[in-house]
Amino acid sequence: MSVDLGRILQRAQDLSCGEDAVRDKVVARIYQEAESLASEVVMAEKPARDWDTLIDDVLTSKRFGYPSMLALLAFVLWLTISGANLPSQLLARLLFAGEEGLSRLFLSFGAPDWLHGLLVLGVYRCLAWVVSVMLPPMAIFFPLFTLLEDLGYLPRVAFNLDGFFQKAGAHGKQALTMSMGFGCNAAGVIACRIIESPRERLIAILTNNFVPCNGRFPTLIAMSNIFLGAMALNGSSFLAVLLVAGLVVGGIAITLVVSRLLSATLLKGIPSHFALELPPYRPPQVLQVILRSVFDRTLFVLWRAVKVAAPAGAVAWGLANIHVDGLSLLGHTAQVLEPLGAAMGLDGVILLAFILGLPANEIVIPIILMGYLSAGAMLELEGLPALRELLLANGWTWVTALNMMLFSLLHFPCGTTLLTIRKETQSWKWTLLAALIPTLIGTAVCILVAQGARLVGLA
Amino acid sequence: MLLSQLPVGKTGEVVAITCSGLMRRRLLDLGLVPGTKIQTLRQSPGGDPLAFNIRGAVIALRLDTASQVKIRLVK
Repeated sequence: MSVDLGRILQRAQDLSCGEDAVRDKVVARIYQEAESLASEVVMAEKPARDWDTLIDDVLTSKRFGYPSMLALLAFVLWLTISGANLPSQLLARLLFAGEEGLSRLFLSFGAPDWLHGLLVLGVYRCLAWVVSVMLPPMAIFFPLFTLLEDLGYLPRVAFNLDGFFQKAGAHGKQALTMSMGFGCNAAGVIACRIIESPRERLIAILTNNFVPCNGRFPTLIAMSNIFLGAMALNGSSFLAVLLVAGLVVGGIAITLVVSRLLSATLLKGIPSHFALELPPYRPPQVLQVILRSVFDRTLFVLWRAVKVAAPAGAVAWGLANIHVDGLSLLGHTAQVLEPLGAAMGLDGVILLAFILGLPANEIVIPIILMGYLSAGAMLELEGLPALRELLLANGWTWVTALNMMLFSLLHFPCGTTLLTIRKETQSWKWTLLAALIPTLIGTAVCILVAQGARLVGLA
Repeated sequence: MLLSQLPVGKTGEVVAITCSGLMRRRLLDLGLVPGTKIQTLRQSPGGDPLAFNIRGAVIALRLDTASQVKIRLVK
């Protein structure tokens, strides 16, 4: 028995010298067999009209390929932005009404001031903000995105964009992992597993953060409103959509540029081969898509944000209310960051909010609000108009809003994404780089915009 | 003739695969064995990659990958 095994191994070794030839024969034989079986039992009917071809003739054509992608992006953003406004206001009103009830409850128990402050003004308000600002856009964006996914549109995006990724020295599937990043960058980083070549997978991981995730979309949308308000272009959701869509396209452009730079320096190499299937379009199962995206994605992401927002609200309230030498800890830290913030067209409070917002991007705006309000707790804000008033009163200009958007797009990934990168790359070095690259680019871009605006005399 | 040179709408028949290693294996996995019919369906807006009909599936390949497949034009 053991002798036989040895001979078989020896024979296998001999055969493997002409590895390709043997494999060719095996594969050809398998296909031959499969073909003959299939021809006996499978009957294929030619459809009267090939819809897939007709649709692809438009969506991947030279003339309409890119415009249709942009139009679709703008349409999804428009639905999200205009659809989320009203439910956001209603939710905010409801949740802040709940806060009054909570406050009365604490009062009736004779709870100490600090306990009421920490739990109601810190934790509850932060939660209320995150839920009312995040839930409506997510509940609209995620189902729309899942519908496109279900339709089979995403591979067409990869097909259209692959030329650019190839020139950037990146893998064609990076267009897919990038699209996943719109939902959640941590999910996008995990999705990079579909790229086999380690070099190209690292490029895809390091650049995934350049597309805004769902935690950042509400910030971008709110800021685009404030930007337009500061430019005295109120109430135009069309312009807000264009602005956010422009940022997304800018993020994709930066993805390509950084990919190109990485593949020319740290991650040298030539693009590996790839085959992308363009599956047939399927009519999406609308009800199932909505249920799946609400429960699997929306509530999942919201729950994650809530888990982070609660302790963050407590910490931020503490920082804003523990006073040393007549100034809160938050105020002291913001003062330290002020010079850098000012050079970037932002301020110390905004920079501190981004740093404290490391656990989740969703809580950046709530922390900014805590920083601005002398009471040391977030104001009751009913929707975007009230937010705009408050920020403009705190010295914001259109430059502040624009740079806030730019830095939101271009800064270190959130804590969850960083931990995911560490897990996927097994290296703190790449994780650090994944944080440094976007932060340095964002800082440089903000300084350029701020100083440029000052130079031209626009601000 | 190389697969990358097959004009849109035309059909070819695989003669040989010229690369080796992982890339050859991937092309074989798609069913590109000698004698297989393959049709060029469309070009991406940027010109590269191309989409082919391989055994009923629509598969996009970059030009440098497609140029590793030798074909014969089928009338």
